[in-house]
Amino acid sequence: MTSVVYSESEDRHATPRDYLSGGWSIRSWLLTVDHKRIAWLYAVSITGFFFFGSAAALLIRLELISPAGDLLSAESYNKLFSLHGIVMVWFFLIPSIPATLGNFLLPMMIGARDMAFPKLNLLSWYIYTLGGIFTLAAVIAGGVDTGWTFYTPYSTLFSNSAVLAAATGVFIVGFSSILTGINFIVTTHTMRAPGLSWLRLPLFVWANYATGLVMVLATPVLAITLVLIALERALGIGIFDPALGGDPLLFQHLFWFYSHPAVYIMILPAMGVVSEIIPCFSRNPIFGYMGMVLSIMAIALFGFVVWGHHMFVSGQSMYAGILFSFFSFLVAIPSAIKTLNWTATLFRGQISFSVSMIYALSFLELFTVGGLTGVFLAALALDVHLHDTYFITAHFHYIMVGGAVTGYMGGLHFWWPKLTGRMYSRPWATVAALALLIGLNLTFYPQFLLGYAGMPRRYHSYPEEFEILHVLSSLGAGVLALGYLLPLIYLSWSLRHGEKSGPNPWDATGLEWQTASPPPVHNFAETPVVTEKPYAYK
Amino acid sequence: MPTSSGQAGARPEDETPPETQFDNMDQQRHAGLLGMWVFLLTELLLFGGLFAAFAILRLQYANVFAEAAQHLDLKLAAINTALLLSSGLTMMLAELAAGARLRKVAVYWLLATILLGLAFLAIKGFEWYSEFRHQLMPVLGLPFRYPGEQPAIAELFFNLYFIATGLHAVHMLVGIAILVVMLALVRRWRRPDRLDRQLHIAGLYWAFIDVVWIFIFTLFYLLRG
Repeated sequence: MTSVVYSESEDRHATPRDYLSGGWSIRSWLLTVDHKRIAWLYAVSITGFFFFGSAAALLIRLELISPAGDLLSAESYNKLFSLHGIVMVWFFLIPSIPATLGNFLLPMMIGARDMAFPKLNLLSWYIYTLGGIFTLAAVIAGGVDTGWTFYTPYSTLFSNSAVLAAATGVFIVGFSSILTGINFIVTTHTMRAPGLSWLRLPLFVWANYATGLVMVLATPVLAITLVLIALERALGIGIFDPALGGDPLLFQHLFWFYSHPAVYIMILPAMGVVSEIIPCFSRNPIFGYMGMVLSIMAIALFGFVVWGHHMFVSGQSMYAGILFSFFSFLVAIPSAIKTLNWTATLFRGQISFSVSMIYALSFLELFTVGGLTGVFLAALALDVHLHDTYFITAHFHYIMVGGAVTGYMGGLHFWWPKLTGRMYSRPWATVAALALLIGLNLTFYPQFLLGYAGMPRRYHSYPEEFEILHVLSSLGAGVLALGYLLPLIYLSWSLRHGEKSGPNPWDATGLEWQTASPPPVHNFAETPVVTEKPYAYK
Repeated sequence: MPTSSGQAGARPEDETPPETQFDNMDQQRHAGLLGMWVFLLTELLLFGGLFAAFAILRLQYANVFAEAAQHLDLKLAAINTALLLSSGLTMMLAELAAGARLRKVAVYWLLATILLGLAFLAIKGFEWYSEFRHQLMPVLGLPFRYPGEQPAIAELFFNLYFIATGLHAVHMLVGIAILVVMLALVRRWRRPDRLDRQLHIAGLYWAFIDVVWIFIFTLFYLLRG
């Protein structure tokens, strides 16, 4: 246990009221500046978008059960996968862990009363919602068929769909991301409790801090790119249009300069979550804390110099390809350090297979498969064969769904007692966690084989020889749906009926466990003083 | 453990309690400043994407861009650069005056800053108008009549020029609006220590607008050979 000494100079209130007792009126939620309530606002809207995007994915998998494109027209198939991508990337994966768990826990983990800018925090949720409205408007206006990447010149010249509305939605939601990033960075820098030096920070805080940096440094470039797209589409300005002297490759450079680091916005917080769960349920301090911190920062940094591997077959110069291939290999090093350190933390630990631990171990499996296939794709020659096939689809789903979603679910189950003060049904949660693991592998492993055999992505019909693998994949999607729906049910049920958890049901270290569950309005009755390193297990 | 006793040597009337999430004013001041710096970093990258696009196309079409740049009014831009840099000075003086608790002086310098900013925008507007009259403004789908060679490529230059200067002008307008609010607050003169902090943060933003203009001036006007 970390020893937490309470300072005497703060005034001692009577038992502080928990953050939920302030009432359930619409006003008390929509005008709140409490980071914990804002986290819930995000959680609810993000869950909505998640199921929206999942429904699109299910339709896609239904269509692909049979080789003939018989369920959907090619056009609506294109709109569905674009919608799936846009909603999942921008409205679920990027905000998921930072905006919910990060928002809730970051101030508590550093012993602060709130974020540095609480009003800005609320504003960023409103901006997120506004962006969501624009995107939904795009769907109502007939949908978008450009894919989530809005590649020019298709998006500016040829597409007859609601590109402007969708791009505006994404542009707006980017600002929400920037504001969250600013809040995380400033809060981590200025609000740490006495004694909480940088090298005593929990890895979840480090991960969110690094995520904040990536958000702040990458998102503005996406913003200006989308502005240029909108201007080109609306006013016929030829910045990317080759007929007007522009350069479509320029769009891809600017787009991937943001969107590759965005992958690390999705995966770094999940890594932070796993770094909290594994030490707790193996009763071991994290192995190689310093290496973990450095690899988090290295991943954030390298994320900015690998964007060109999305453009290996786009016609960029061979030398650029070689350079980007080299940098892409480099990212494998800090990723491997992290994976090996988690494994080393498990070594000789007293492992208990709690629900969040199952999610964390699933993360290890999925991230390893996704990461190793990433090494294939970083290899210039192999990528030429595998580019734009299902191999790519499988690879990034292993990372972005396998990594980010298991991280999110694991974190949700780990901190659920802290968020709500209640426990959930353990048997059901175990079933859901296993369904997620099995479903993910069953859905996406066949896609590696499909891609290797040459099945291109984004096709709504295919030759019959691919049928078995596609059916298996669609079957997996069904199992996966179970893994998503079950938690929605038993977690909602636990909100009212779950047994009380007490402040620290897992006997975990970390400041957030030192206060009541659910936490009081300003988190701590008295500001804690930290005297030890994190993860003082055993 | 520092408590909310205020800074040593501060005047009694300056002592205001920090917002609830902060322990003391020092922490709040630090957070506010850092927040502004990080925000300016994002702004820099916003323009950075644009400048990168310009740089790439400038390399690709070096001759046409250089020639097109000669159709911009270097004199007006130079005057504008002088105005904007002077406004940086007057903003600094306003901050110093507020720090020295000279309310009236601070009001005058702030007013001077605002006027310099408005003068900049007026000249910029005149420049745009003359470019519009010479049919060099393709941005709104207007007819484009460029006297030099390769008008299609030159159009690209003017597109980027209008987007960059337009985005900068939007930031100028926001900056001026902030300064007008600051002017009203300084005239009211409540909680001078808080005004100090706010003026400093507003000054950072104003300085950023300066910096971006220097980039625009260099990239678009001076690279003409």
